[in-house]
Amino acid sequence: MKRKTRRLWLVIACVAGLGTAAGLTLSAFSSNIQLFMAPSQVVDHPPAADRTIRLGGMVVAGSVKRERQGETPINLFQVTDGQAAVTVRFEGILPDLFREGQSVVAVGSLEPDKTFVASEVLAKHDETYMPKEVAEALQKSGKWNPKFGPPPDAASWNAMTGKDTAAGKN
Amino acid sequence: MSPELGRFALALACVFALAQAILPVLGARRRDRRLMALAPGLALGQLIALVASFLCLVNAAVTNDFSVANILENSSVTKPLLYKITGVWGNHEGSILLWALILGICGAAVAAFGRNLPSALRARVIGVLGGVAAGFELFCLTTSDPFDRVWPAPLDGQGMNPLLQDPGLAFHPPILYTGYVGFAVPFAFAIAALMEGRVDAAWGRWVRPWAVAAWCFLTCGIALGSWWSYYVLGWGGYWFWDPVENASLIPWLSGTALMHSAIVVEKREALKIWTVLLAIGTFSFSLSGTFLVRSGILNSVHAFAQDPARGIFILALLGLVIGGSLALFAWRAPSLTSGGLFAPVSREGSLVLNNILLCSICAVVLTGTMYPPFMSLLFGKTISVGKPFFDAATIPLAIPLFTFMGFGPMLPWKRAQLWPVLRRLWVAALATLAAFAVTVIGLSGVLPILCATMAVWIIGSSLTDIAGRLALFRVSFSQSIQRAKSLPRSAFGAALAHIGVGVSVLGLAVMSQAQHKIVEVHVGQKEELAGYEWTLTDVRTVPGPNYMAMVATIEIHHNGHLVTVMHPSKRSFNAQNQTTTEVSIHTNGLADLYGVIGDKHGPDSNPTYVLRLHYNPLAPWMWFGALIMAMGGALSLSDRRMRVGAPRRAPAPDVVAAE
Repeated sequence: MKRKTRRLWLVIACVAGLGTAAGLTLSAFSSNIQLFMAPSQVVDHPPAADRTIRLGGMVVAGSVKRERQGETPINLFQVTDGQAAVTVRFEGILPDLFREGQSVVAVGSLEPDKTFVASEVLAKHDETYMPKEVAEALQKSGKWNPKFGPPPDAASWNAMTGKDTAAGKN
Repeated sequence: MSPELGRFALALACVFALAQAILPVLGARRRDRRLMALAPGLALGQLIALVASFLCLVNAAVTNDFSVANILENSSVTKPLLYKITGVWGNHEGSILLWALILGICGAAVAAFGRNLPSALRARVIGVLGGVAAGFELFCLTTSDPFDRVWPAPLDGQGMNPLLQDPGLAFHPPILYTGYVGFAVPFAFAIAALMEGRVDAAWGRWVRPWAVAAWCFLTCGIALGSWWSYYVLGWGGYWFWDPVENASLIPWLSGTALMHSAIVVEKREALKIWTVLLAIGTFSFSLSGTFLVRSGILNSVHAFAQDPARGIFILALLGLVIGGSLALFAWRAPSLTSGGLFAPVSREGSLVLNNILLCSICAVVLTGTMYPPFMSLLFGKTISVGKPFFDAATIPLAIPLFTFMGFGPMLPWKRAQLWPVLRRLWVAALATLAAFAVTVIGLSGVLPILCATMAVWIIGSSLTDIAGRLALFRVSFSQSIQRAKSLPRSAFGAALAHIGVGVSVLGLAVMSQAQHKIVEVHVGQKEELAGYEWTLTDVRTVPGPNYMAMVATIEIHHNGHLVTVMHPSKRSFNAQNQTTTEVSIHTNGLADLYGVIGDKHGPDSNPTYVLRLHYNPLAPWMWFGALIMAMGGALSLSDRRMRVGAPRRAPAPDVVAAE
């Protein structure tokens, strides 16, 4: 085999490898990206039921309820960004750092009855930390700016969202 | 006094490192033997200063010196001694100091083991390591000083995150960091080679043991981290595709490619420029992995050291190291002559294929990790990619890699014929077909079936390769033993490492069939999962040294026989107002039974408890395979031919003026 042919083989192999990688990446991106949404966005523009999204916000104080279906424990709680609240339904054990009045990210999809069914609930390891996504959503909603100190505490969140929460239940 | 001594020692180390970065390199350029001979002494001096500094911090932690801010924030009187020591590197400042210490050890190791290196090359390698070390020591001193004092000193510290109080995590950072930092040595060799304008077979031979050693540590570090996440976080999984985890996987992938391409440089003097680029790339990934994550640019569920103020220093440092080395590469690489050519079907050809596939997977993981932060930075859109993305994009690339792994090592160098090699693999092929039949029945999903089948193919063909070299069953057994003695250990090491990959892949593929169940039960209630009967028999409260624990007793029966009694628990730590979940795992080598206890509900007279029960088939194999891989690497390192510095460069001018 000549030098040129051999080099051609190498180039073809590289292009094929990287091309496949690029193709796979694009196709996987198109179907597997999870968009982060704040509760108000979910209420304004409900995502399709088959779309997995990440819902982030603060857990409304006093909103955590439990149910049992047979032997399966079910957790219900509301997540708010200060503008609207969405009810989240989660089967399983909530993470150790899950607290009322603290930030949380729920991964799942929105059911037609407007409850958010989560397959996963994430709370940060460090309890003083707020996910960047949640902080940005709260800032956008104008209820809290981290520049002016820590987020309001759980009790005031509850009061701030009282009206919206009621609206969200309709 | 000791924290001040520690800070002074760190500053001294920084001065040594600066001298180490300048003087030997200047000496190599001016061919001044006296300046070049300074390199080992400076590297040793830097190491001694760093050890002294590190010991001062350990001393402050052990003696509960809460006037040191770092100890105050991360320790408390009640913390067990082991975690007082390991807690030193459990936080940002301490981990940077550990990082610098390991880099110092690497520099001293090159000085100690590299006596046979040409003096100019050795001076340059040590000089480059000194330059990198100086940068990080300066970073440590100026922005993250572990020796900062507070006044007045409180009586007790704030305590350590209880999640981190675990033996697995205590030793995870040093091992992982040794892996990351170890790739600094191949990087330094690459930069030195670019300065000299010369890469030859001897260079490949010198670089390989360092790459293999770093790779072994990185493999162990990743496996240990994944195991920690499996048995401490208690979510039932083992890999989250979290940016922190990906940051260790990316250099592992490119480091694996480097280890293989260095073989081609050594044996055939080909792929030189590519190998130099891989060495630069792998260390750049290690650096950016650890530090981008720690500066908070990539937010993640894992990162516990977040401080954007340090980010600017880190970005400047990364820019200098990575940008500088790539610029040097762009400037000097064209002067490296390209070496021998080879046919596509040959050992070199298969190693090139290995590199293409590994780098493609690496690129996919890198894209998946970097895309979300870039989207949010540039377009303000917050998105995230997780397991579905990485599974869909990496596994189809991994399957051809596994296929070629089977027969690649059996192809001869230069030019080979595929058919005779494949014919020798008929036993492995039969085993693979049988495995395919079994997995089609036993597993669900196309990718798990393919992966499990290819895992058997890898193990089968690696065993066939070794059996063929020993001529097992063709000559008498004693003759085979004789052959085994004369066969280089690196051949066994390579086969063992490949078998380790097979074992891990088999574990991963079968683990995808894991079953789990979340139930809320009364004491005494029975549950059925995966053919096992799980009974919650008791729950009690037990006090620990610095926590209160709710401990459950779960009896597991199989066909009427008691298999095990497990005690998952939930701990409440008072110091941090935090709870942690202690998983209980029973393993029989083929499957893990995994139990987690959740909250207690209902009245105290008749409470119910939430339990999560998992059945994880072949789970231990994932980490066991990684251990086999690392053992394979270690076996290769013990090979006479791999011994650092053993080979000599062909007679040639000792110093080639590069500038």
